[in-house]
Order: sequence, then C-alpha cells, then structure tokens
Amino acid sequence: MSDVLLTIRDLKIEGRSDEEWMPIINGIDLTLHKGEVLGLIGESGAGKSTVGLAAMGYTRDGVRISGGSVEFDGVDLVNAPLMKKRALLGKRIAYVAQSAAASFNPAHKIIDQHTEGPVRHGVMSEGESARDAMDLYERLRLPNPEEIGFRYPHQVSGGQLQRAMTAMAMSCRPDLIIFDEPTTALDVTTQIEVLAAIRDIVDQFGTAAIYITHDLAVVAQMADRIKVLLKGDEVEEAPTREMLDHPQEEYTRSLWAVRSFKRPAKPVPAGDATPVLSVQNVDASYGVTQVLFDVSFDIHQGRTVAVVGESGSGKSTTARCITGLLPPTSGVIQLDGEDLPLDYRKRSKDQLRQVQMIYQMADTALNPQKTIGEIIGRPVEFYMGLRGKARRDRVAELLNEIEMPPEQYIDRLPSELSGGQKQRVGIARALAAEPKFIICDEVTSALDQLVAEGILKLLARLQDDLKLSYMFITHDLATVRAIADEVVVMKDGEVVEQGPKADMFKPPHHPYTDLLLSSVPEMDPDWLTNLLEARGRENIGDAAVGRMDD
Amino acid sequence: MSVLVWIAAILAALLAGGWAFRFAGQTATGNKPYFRDMPFAVAFGYVAAAAAILGGLWLWFQPGAVFFRWAVQGFVISAIAAFIFRLAGRHVGTEGTRKMFRQMPLTAAFGILVILIYAVLAIFAGVIAPYEQAQVFTGVNILPGGDPATGGDPAHPLGTDQIGRDLLTRLIYGAQNTVGIAFVTTCLAFLLGGTFGFLAAVIGGWLDNVLSRMVDVLMAIPSLIFALLLMTIASAWAGSQQWLLTIYMILIIAVIDSTRVFRLARAVGQNIVVMDYIEAAKLRGEGMSYLIFKEVLPNATAPLLAEFGLRFCFVFLTIAALSFLGVGIQPPLADWGTMVRDLAQFINFAQFSPLAAALPLMAAGAIALLTVAVNFVVDWMLHRSSGLKD
Repeated sequence: MSDVLLTIRDLKIEGRSDEEWMPIINGIDLTLHKGEVLGLIGESGAGKSTVGLAAMGYTRDGVRISGGSVEFDGVDLVNAPLMKKRALLGKRIAYVAQSAAASFNPAHKIIDQHTEGPVRHGVMSEGESARDAMDLYERLRLPNPEEIGFRYPHQVSGGQLQRAMTAMAMSCRPDLIIFDEPTTALDVTTQIEVLAAIRDIVDQFGTAAIYITHDLAVVAQMADRIKVLLKGDEVEEAPTREMLDHPQEEYTRSLWAVRSFKRPAKPVPAGDATPVLSVQNVDASYGVTQVLFDVSFDIHQGRTVAVVGESGSGKSTTARCITGLLPPTSGVIQLDGEDLPLDYRKRSKDQLRQVQMIYQMADTALNPQKTIGEIIGRPVEFYMGLRGKARRDRVAELLNEIEMPPEQYIDRLPSELSGGQKQRVGIARALAAEPKFIICDEVTSALDQLVAEGILKLLARLQDDLKLSYMFITHDLATVRAIADEVVVMKDGEVVEQGPKADMFKPPHHPYTDLLLSSVPEMDPDWLTNLLEARGRENIGDAAVGRMDD
Repeated sequence: MSVLVWIAAILAALLAGGWAFRFAGQTATGNKPYFRDMPFAVAFGYVAAAAAILGGLWLWFQPGAVFFRWAVQGFVISAIAAFIFRLAGRHVGTEGTRKMFRQMPLTAAFGILVILIYAVLAIFAGVIAPYEQAQVFTGVNILPGGDPATGGDPAHPLGTDQIGRDLLTRLIYGAQNTVGIAFVTTCLAFLLGGTFGFLAAVIGGWLDNVLSRMVDVLMAIPSLIFALLLMTIASAWAGSQQWLLTIYMILIIAVIDSTRVFRLARAVGQNIVVMDYIEAAKLRGEGMSYLIFKEVLPNATAPLLAEFGLRFCFVFLTIAALSFLGVGIQPPLADWGTMVRDLAQFINFAQFSPLAAALPLMAAGAIALLTVAVNFVVDWMLHRSSGLKD
C-alpha cells in the first residue's frame, strides 16, 4: 500500500529503574495511513506518551528502544543517523505537548518561536513564515491573528497558547503530528475551541495525527480509529464507531462504563430543617480585588452540593472562606445554625473538627516524610485523645474503611502509593476527625477515570454510612451527574444558578449553565460536529462567553 | 610569540587527531551508531585526554617535578584507599548501609573516609599524639621525612617548628582544636539561623520583615572584615583570659554565619509552608512548634544537611584565616591556621629543598583535604536529595 505513512512493528521499550531495565512497552504494532487520525487511549502508565514519542524515533532520558522498528515513509527512525532524523523532526513530524505554557520559551515572542522551525529547515524565509503564521492563527480562530504572535507566551490564555502551539506544529506542513493530551489541562469551554480548531486544521491540510488522551469522549470526536493500551500492551484496535458501539475486550468495556456510574438522588429535606452548613451573603476579596459577590447556599445533612464553574470562578475561594483561611469581608457562615468565627484561628477545636477538607493534589496534601499511620493517626490523637494501641486500632479501622488493608499500608510513605491510594489516605485523614461536613476540592480531577470512579463510589458509601455532608468542588459535569444532590453554578465570583440536580440538567437554564453543560464532551462521535452547527461557527467558547456578558 | 605558535600548533594537531580518531573508529567498527553519531567535540575530548595522559607520563620522569610526583602518588593512594573503604562498606554493616555504599560514588567514599579519619584524630588526639602540644624540643626546624641524611630526625617524623615543637603532634591537636571549634560554631549558627528562618517562613508578616532586614544589614558587611573588627573589640574585653576570647570567637562567627543559614531556612521553609499538608495541619488547629518541628523540619533536612557541610567548611576556613591573622585560636593551643602563618617563610625554599617547603604545606594540606572531603560528601548528598539518578 502506497498511502501508509508510519508503521511500527513489534515495538519494545525499556526504562531504567534501580539499575535494571524494566519493560515499558511489550511489543506494539501500529499502522497509520496518510491523513488519518489515530486515537491512543489508556490510563496513566499505559505507555501512551512513550509510544507517541517513539513514533518520532525519540525516547526520554533513561528509556531505550530495545526491539522492533519504527518506519516513517521509508525511513527507519530507530536506526537512522542523527542528521537524518533531525531533517525529519519538526519538518515532516511535529509534536504538540500537553502543557503549552511549559513548552513555550517564556523569553521569546510566540511568532519568533513559530518561525524558527521553517527557517532552520529551509522551508520558508522568516518573512514568509511570519505571514504564514498569521494565516494559521486565523484558521485556528485566534483573536487578532495579525498581532497575537507578537505577544509573549504569558500574555495569552491557556487555550490560545495551545492553539498557537498547534499552529507552530503546522508551520512546516508536516505529514504527521503527535498530539499528547493537548486539552487535558483546559477548562471544558476552552477545550471545545481547541478541539474544533485542531480537527479543522488537520482536516484542511490532510495531516495524519496520533491523538493521545485518557478522555474517551474527546478521542471519539477526533479519531478515525482508536487503539486502547494497558500497561504497555495493546488491548484492542478498531474504527471509532465500531469501538464505541461494540467494544470486544472486558477492559475496554470497563473504560466505557465509567461514565455510567450514578447514584440515586436523595429525598429533598424538609423545608424547616437546619442545614449542616449555611453560607449567607458572603463577600470576599484578595487585597483590594473583590472575588466573591454575595454567595449564599445551604448544605443539608447527608447531602452533596456540587459547586461547578470554570477556573477563576470562585469555587475554591468559597471553600477557603468556609474553612476560615480567607475570612470573608461580609456575610455569615453557620454550622448547625450557629455562627462560625470567620477566621480559623478563632474557631474552637471542635468547630475545626467538624469541617474537614480533601485536596485536589494528594501529592502535596500528604507530608512526604510521614508514614500513612502517622498521617491518619495525628487527627485521631489530636481530636480524640487516643494514644498507643487505641490510636493504632482506630487507624487500622479507618484504613479498612477506605479499603486499604492496614497491615500492608500502615507503615508506608506516601511516595510508595499510587495516586488513587493517596487520595484515599486524604479521605481517611478527613474521616479521622469524625466531621459532619467535608469539602472535596476537585478530588478526582487529577486521577484516571477508573480510579476516580472508585473514589466517587467510596465517598458515596461513606456518606450513606456516616451521614456526611459534602461540598463537592469540580469542573467536571460528569462527576456532578454521578454524585451531586444539588448543584451551585458559579461564574466570576457569583452564583448564577442553583437547585436540585434533576432541575439543573433540564432546561431552561441560565445561559452560562447551558454553555457549561453543552461543552461537556459526549461519547457520540458526531457530538462536536452537531454542537458546532447548533452554536454557529464563530459562536463557540470565548466568543460565546463574551457575548453573554454584554 | 613562539609560545602562541606552539599553542596553535598543538591545538591544530589535537583537532586533526580528533577527526582522524573518529574516522578511524567509523571505518574500524563498520559505522556503529556510537562512532557515527559522535559529535566532533567528543572525539576532540578523547584525543585531548590521551594527550594530557601522555604529557603527565613525560612530566613524571622529569627530575625536577617532585611536587607533581607527590600529587600523583597522593591521588592514587587516596583513590585506592577510597576504593577499599567502599568495598569494605559494601560487605560490612546493616542492609541499609550496604545499600548506601553500593550506590556511592568513589568521591563520596573518599570524603567519608577522610572525615572519619579526622574525627578519630580529633577525638583521640591525646592518645594518638606522641607528645604534648606545647612541648618544646631542642631540635629546631627539623625537616620532615625522619631521615638524618636529609635533615630529619626519626623522633619527629614530620619535623619541628621554629621553636622546636613536634609538628605531627601539633597537626593532630590542630584537628581537635580547629575542627572541634568549627563544628561547635556551625551547630550554633544552624540553631540560630534555622530557628529564626523557619519562624520567619511560618509566621511571615512583620516578623519576617524585621528579621530579614536585620539579616540584610549583617550581610551587607564583608564577613571576614566584620569578624576581624569584632574580634579586635573582643580581645580588649577578654583581656588576658585566652579561653574567653575563644568563646567570643565562636559566638561572633556563629552569628555572622547564621545569617546565611537564616536565608536558606527561610527560602526552603517558604516553599514548604505553601503545601496543602501545612494548610491541613493549620486547619486542624496545630500549634507553632508542631508545625515547625513535625511538618516543616523533616522536609527541609536534605538541603539543610548539605548546607551544614558547606557552612562547616566556610566556618573552618574563617577560623583558620583569623588564626593566620593572629586573632583566632591563641597559642599555645595548636591550630592549622597559626601553623601555616608561622612556617610560611619556608615556602621560599621550594626550589632548593622540597622537604623544607613541605613544612607549611602540611597544615595547609590538612585544611584543603578536609574542605575537599566535606564538599565531596555534600555534593553526593545534594545529588541524592534532588532525586537525580545516574
């Protein structure tokens, strides 16, 4: 076949750890035709990025290709001389990294970094390349394509920077682009623009692409074919629609099923019941900048209130006000009908105990120098006064509660746990205080979908057993669907809409809620196309938000 | 002019050699990737290294190159000693220490060995040293070597100084005095700087500002000149009581050096206090001492330990420098800085009698060796704590 662009045969890759070479990829085959988009999905650690980089004949430090071949348009990239690879990379094969902010050099203007590739490869002169860049910026629907390139990377938003990076990858009109989770770090509303822009430009130039992601709904929009990886092995590969409709393997089906987790809604509490936590007319500011405007909501016993919104909408600031880290400038926070002192330093030990927090990044939320037993044992000792054997027993009980066998984990350090296990320890630490109310700050957003589902199920079970109330901060509406009883939508420090979940997912909505809801990718491969048509071409993302403000 | 021509010729020869070496490698191995992708700079490096080794061999056989031969011998002996020490460490001790020795580079093994030897000498100086540190003998300015034919004396293997004190004894006691005082001073500097640095990081606000500005003022004055100034004042206060002056010296150097420790502890502490686990502890209602000692300190040990090693070297050199200038450790106590100063004029005889020149070099070498050893160990610890592999 003449239109085959990239063939990978029995690729084996090893990584070095503790003086030994451990296999990372155990023999993967991959064929990519010209103009085709292949989606590569799997959990973290599945080897997606490693395969993506190997497709360029590149490996990270401490990693080596130990077998197999990578053939790009007749060139064997594994054994090609350095000079020959250099002539290909950037010119015919390009790479778009997950974090555009970390991949641009902050000291140079965007357009200067854009033109470097074409000039060095001798494809265009600097002037031609700059004009071409503006054309690409326009095609990618960046605002002010004539002048945006003359800004520095920190002067444009994350979504715009990601598109500028896609433009840069396009600068030499490559035959193959590797996208490594290009939208994972973006908000849902921004993600849409980037996805649409990438899909269009790949389409226009007939570029082949490998699209790496862990988000199934995203890959369903982008890819012609999907390949599922698990721990360095291929699970299965099929055209997108076939894969979505009839997954063959058990593992693929479990990936697909994640999004179907849903707990039954709880009965609405009586109108006169005292809420466990009540936030009333709270204003807050950082210095002179006011960031919260008249925020009010109640959380009743045994219920979950999800607070949703984009980054910068004031979700986490509300949590900081409730915990007392950022005393509100006005307003009242009540626990069980009693006013809480606004500053955490003025709260009693018992008031502190009642309000606990679970953090987004379990890595920074657990002291890396302490064992799991010490981390969970400290609140047990501090609040309950248990010591010695009583303390150890209680810690073991809590570890059982979070489904981690105590004898195996109690003496381990956080670095010896997986991401999901660390998050479970964070939950156990909060439970150890025997609180009434727990704030969950994006607790699943850093986790793989299967692991996140386990955490959500655990939280739901604990809520039923212990009659806990949750305030669940998230930007992921799939999570909201799964776990929330009530929803509070925030934007720019204000509550734009709130009510029971059932009402929230039914129209009519506040226009912003509508935008948020419709931006969540769905598994249907036609979703993006339909959505873009419905919204009208120039009306997506930024533009739509801007319009609403007017 | 001719020197420039020589240098240019050698450089050109090396460049040509590098190219030839790479070309030969490519042809001989049938274009293996290692030679094929070898940058020219690497090939040049190989050839230059080979040339340097050949040059060293030629120098070895020159009759005048006594110090070069001593240096090479010392280097080889050190390397062998370090290798044996590491080998022993890999087979003796607990599982933990054996694992540590397995991953240890040779430089770190050498550093640890030297520090251990110094520690033993310092602690058991009274037992090991052949004489008393202030004991005066009749033989003055005896050369090292212990061979009467070259001006030595078997009773004084490292010779005597200008008033007839045994140099071996004074070197060993010098370890006790100089290293001991430096160690106490460094500990004090860390106690002061560490405590205030962490307090500034955790509490912040006005306390941080006041402490930081005070430290800025102290750091604005060149440290050695400041120490000299304060020591001059202190020697007037101490009067005839020499031990009091030593205590003043410890306090002065500790305060001056604690400013650097303060800076580091504050910077490291500030990075730690923004972590979520500190926030969690604060929200739990934990007190200040728990925050500092149980949450912040365990995460700051690696950089602080590395700084301790470096700081120890600086303190040690400051003491030696002050003693060299005459205001540090006072006679009759033996001290390496004072020894270098007293014997310094012998360095002029280096061309005629290498043994005579070795008199001041022994004390200077003792200082240099310890500094190098501590730095080797610190480098290794930093490497380990930064999590770098290979």
